[in-house]
Amino acid sequence: MAARVFVPKDATACALGADAVADRIVRAAAAGGIEIELVRNGSRGAFWLEPLVETENGSGRMAFGPVTPDDVEDLFESGFPGACEHRLALGPVSDIGWLARQQRLTFVRAGWTDPLSLEDYRAHGGFAGLERALRLGGQEIVDEVKASGLRGRGGAAFPTGIKWQTVLDAPGQPKYVVCNADEGDSGTFADRLLMEADPYQLIEGMIIAGLAVGAEEGYIYLRSEYPHCRAVLTEALARAGRSGYLGSDVAGSGKAFRIELRIGAGAYICGEETSMLGSLEGKRGLVRYKPPLPAIEGLAGKPTVVNNVLSFAAVSTVMERGGTHYHEHGSGRSRGTLTVQLAGNVSRGGLIEVPFGATLREVIEDWGGGTASGRPVRAVQVGGPLGAYLPESLLDVQLDYEALAEAGGMLGHGGVVVFDDTVDMAEQARFAMEFCAIESCGKCTPCRVGSARGVDVIDRLRANGGRDEDRKTLEDLCDTMVDGSLCAMGGLTPYPVRSALQHFPEDFR
Amino acid sequence: MSASAVALKEIVETAVDRHRGCIGALMPTLHSIQDTLGFIPPDAVPMLAQAMSLSRAEIHGVITFYHDFRTEAPGKHVIHLCRAEACQAMGSRKLEEHVRTRLSVDFGETTTDGKFTLEPVYCLGNCACSPSIRIDDAIHARVTPDRFDELISGLEGAE
Repeated sequence: MAARVFVPKDATACALGADAVADRIVRAAAAGGIEIELVRNGSRGAFWLEPLVETENGSGRMAFGPVTPDDVEDLFESGFPGACEHRLALGPVSDIGWLARQQRLTFVRAGWTDPLSLEDYRAHGGFAGLERALRLGGQEIVDEVKASGLRGRGGAAFPTGIKWQTVLDAPGQPKYVVCNADEGDSGTFADRLLMEADPYQLIEGMIIAGLAVGAEEGYIYLRSEYPHCRAVLTEALARAGRSGYLGSDVAGSGKAFRIELRIGAGAYICGEETSMLGSLEGKRGLVRYKPPLPAIEGLAGKPTVVNNVLSFAAVSTVMERGGTHYHEHGSGRSRGTLTVQLAGNVSRGGLIEVPFGATLREVIEDWGGGTASGRPVRAVQVGGPLGAYLPESLLDVQLDYEALAEAGGMLGHGGVVVFDDTVDMAEQARFAMEFCAIESCGKCTPCRVGSARGVDVIDRLRANGGRDEDRKTLEDLCDTMVDGSLCAMGGLTPYPVRSALQHFPEDFR
Repeated sequence: MSASAVALKEIVETAVDRHRGCIGALMPTLHSIQDTLGFIPPDAVPMLAQAMSLSRAEIHGVITFYHDFRTEAPGKHVIHLCRAEACQAMGSRKLEEHVRTRLSVDFGETTTDGKFTLEPVYCLGNCACSPSIRIDDAIHARVTPDRFDELISGLEGAE
């Protein structure tokens, strides 16, 4: 039997040379007369080990990494893909501590399967949630989601079950299901990883949402910065359609559900749900006032479920294993698992799925292994470009929605960006304002004008050695943005700015 | 109408027909035109307005709102350089300086030989292996100034 060799096709793995590695493996095997079956799997999220090559033999999957194209010949000389001693050999994949110490619910299949293989997906528990949902009524599905305690994973953490109940109860047809896959926060890649490694899980979750609220049409709004994702989703949607999971008769149930993939056009603000809906309607992505909530008047003015990729994916798990099972994970009001994305200046970055409640320090030290540069950690930005910068002294904060909010931060979509002691925090504060000025939709004045003035004031503050009057102006400006902005863009931009001022005042002098 | 205007009209009409009847057809229609031509010529705006029963102002507004849509032809290769925080933490500001100097262009500009257009991007989702750049549809990780020069030389040499 041909040995199976796995080389991820994930965007980060490819950015590190996975395509060339796969190519060299095929050529080396052919040259040596070794029969192999190459599988382009998804990534496990251990990006520091990518390209992470695996082989499968009777006793499980053996890992090698990080493998560069130039290592391939050497690997084959050591006996690869058979049993071999090699400096890149990591042993059985299930023994890699960085992965084994995680608790994977949403990312349980990532890396194990061929992302596009429906057979693989089913063999690993896929569509079990959908089958169960097809036996239930809409209200029963919504009740199960409520029981799970799942909160929206895009950043706002709104209870998913309550949102679905609102759409279910809202009068008006048709209803829509929209997946927000505009993962724009720097330091986040969980949505991308899931869509590239396990796209059917998202598709399954969206179908379940459709069944729950009585919608027959779904949209995935994917950012244009994810070309790999686009390719995977396009093919996955086509295969799901051909296999009868999407279309006029979902899995033989007589119920219809279709999904259309829409591509954004490089606007960060379109990650805000009302802006995204405007974009889906073919307009500028202007933020809208709420109420009315999208659940009542969403896409084209109709009741619409809008959820993040991970929320839909989690619903597949909730329906498969039951809401109570999901609720058993986590701490306080943060139920289930948290997907931390460890990024920036970190030695072992990647995706870490753990129950809520781990501390930031555990994540950065135990998983991250400290900074990539080897220098001390100075600041950590949690929750994307609108999240606060935390100093080293606050790293013992627990990673759950409430604990982080108490520490003056926010968990958001779970991005953790580490900076070493060479960072200039005044420059980071300036960038926060600059980014807001570039990406503001322009609808409300505090955000549109406030951010541009914010850049000016920070420049003045830095030029004048941190005068009190400039600092006061900046504080006033931040107050105005927080109090007067329509959405989180202008409302939260002051968080990175103020936290930098508060925790790193020396950088502004 | 000139020959080029006739050709443009055909491209616009094909794009409009492909997405006719969709919710929010303008966005995918603009994408189709840009995928075909590399940009959206200003002359396409009145054609789109007529074909889609929208005002020119509406279409102009949409084109200019989104960073991706461009109204001039780009260079042969488009380089997106990530300017966001995770890349900053790994030295992207230095890389940015190097790239601008190496190509002698600023963001939004095309090299005089028409080979490269430089654009900023705010996150490519490759944040655990920063700094990142995207050249056309290929993403590259842990890009140092030297690595950038290698990548560019590879593309120049391929011509």
